[in-house]
Amino acid sequence: MKEVIVCEGLTFSYNGYQALDGLSFTVRQGEVFALLGPNGAGKTTTIRVLNGLLHAQSGQSRVLGLDPALQGAQIRRRSGVLTETPALYERLSAWQNLRFFGSLAGMPAEKIGERGAYYLDLFELRDRADDRVETYSKGMKQRLALARALLHDPELLFLDEPTSGMDPAAARQVEGLIYRISKQENRSVILCTHRLYEAEKVCDRVAVMKTGSVIACGSLEELRARYASEIRIRLGFGELPPQEYLLKIRALEGVLEAREAADTCWELRLAAEKAIPMVIANLVSVGTPIYSAVPQQATLEDIYLRLQGAEAEEE
Amino acid sequence: MIKLQNIFTIAKKDWLEVRQNKYAWAPMLIVPAIFVIIIPLIFTFVIPALAVSPQDVLTSDADFQIFIDHMPLQLSRYIDFQNPMESMLVIILGIMFAPMFLIMPLMASTTIASESFAGERERKTMEALLYTPASDAELFLGKVTASAVPSIALTWLGFAIYTLILNLAPYAYIQRIWFPLPTWWPLIFWITPALVILGISLTVLISARVQNFLGAYQSSASVVLLVVALFAGQVSGMLYLSVGIEMLLGLLFWTAAALLTALAVRTFNREALLKG
Repeated sequence: MKEVIVCEGLTFSYNGYQALDGLSFTVRQGEVFALLGPNGAGKTTTIRVLNGLLHAQSGQSRVLGLDPALQGAQIRRRSGVLTETPALYERLSAWQNLRFFGSLAGMPAEKIGERGAYYLDLFELRDRADDRVETYSKGMKQRLALARALLHDPELLFLDEPTSGMDPAAARQVEGLIYRISKQENRSVILCTHRLYEAEKVCDRVAVMKTGSVIACGSLEELRARYASEIRIRLGFGELPPQEYLLKIRALEGVLEAREAADTCWELRLAAEKAIPMVIANLVSVGTPIYSAVPQQATLEDIYLRLQGAEAEEE
Repeated sequence: MIKLQNIFTIAKKDWLEVRQNKYAWAPMLIVPAIFVIIIPLIFTFVIPALAVSPQDVLTSDADFQIFIDHMPLQLSRYIDFQNPMESMLVIILGIMFAPMFLIMPLMASTTIASESFAGERERKTMEALLYTPASDAELFLGKVTASAVPSIALTWLGFAIYTLILNLAPYAYIQRIWFPLPTWWPLIFWITPALVILGISLTVLISARVQNFLGAYQSSASVVLLVVALFAGQVSGMLYLSVGIEMLLGLLFWTAAALLTALAVRTFNREALLKG
């Protein structure tokens, strides 16, 4: 599959603060790629460097086959960026904002009108399109900023917290839009988000960043295999078994962790599948009725927290 | 290659924004209105109505006397000392007041430039602008155009209104078209554009170091001291704005404007703006 972003060993520092420290990853055509990491991990700096706003002090990168340091304007013409804050001209109307950014992107007036109307309709902003943006709610501003990023039909989208401030219905709509852009239109989306549930739903691959470098990268399955290969199982009971049974289960071979998860549930982390019948047999032997036994996979959040925690412990 | 369309688009957007900010445009209209309309009308109608003799106005203050006594022939030849009303108007509004007129372009340019450069940072809209394909030069020129064109236009419009008022209002006393004096042409068409560019480039440099419109405006407005110095120099009889002096001053201002603009261009690039 064609690679639309390739970066290798990028470094960048802001007045002595090392924002990127040997950053390397690739993004393929048509995939949704998440950049995850705590504040200060370097996600925003990465977007700035890849769009030619900042010049990496070392390392190499290509975006859509172009060099960001030398061909930034060409990249920005073909990419759309939703910044962390909507960054809209609040004294102007939605239409004035779209006309301004569309014009700078080199779009003819009719095209701006046509595509602007489409996105204003899609994001349910058409009725308020002539009102000053300062009168909009946070979610409306976010939707307008997204319309601005999509207006010039970019081949590559950088979305920094795209559903921030949106209600669940609007957030779901955006997730659907991201899916459509990547899977139906074969365009790539780079998503920076703290909403790991959202990333898990829409992303093909993720890169977990910390202090300016990627500490893990791959699809969720790959990350699970690498960082969360143990089995998790949730046992449901009619009523919670006595505490001594929990201690007994913890002592079994292959049981890594056992804890009460809810009023009538236990959550177990096991080293291998073969521990499941052993646990169940043990509980049945002491007369504990088991209502359900549901295997559970590690979520992206589990993996993320483990990676960030593991790194912190190493430090 | 620089695209004029992008420059115009950026300038137009900045004008729209300034138009929506009454704190930016209100002083730009009120101060010129005072200089261009109210002050000439006071001297033309109020002073005679108060039964104050124009001769008394000119002789009541020692500064006026020094100013008149030291006035070079190049300027004094415009004054008909036999007509006290004409003397007063020509001396005060035609000669002495000339440097104060320069407050208009300076004030307008520093206000709009503060709104355009520092205001954009303050409202955190700069980053979205930096993600557009427009080059650094187009962004800079667009913002300079947004500040320079209305500042110069406002000054020239003010000058046209001032010309009308100074000729029409005291027509009963002077009965001829006497304004503009030749010294006003270099002032309006040579010094004014230089001061506008000087004001803008200074504001760009200041805007790189402050985070808001007000901070940039207050700092850059100190350039008005130049005008005050010219006015004080003229009132004290040390410097008279003859055509020759004005041409030299204009050259000085253009040189300073060129140097400051070169410095401003260096501070206005994507990397510096994001790192700053």
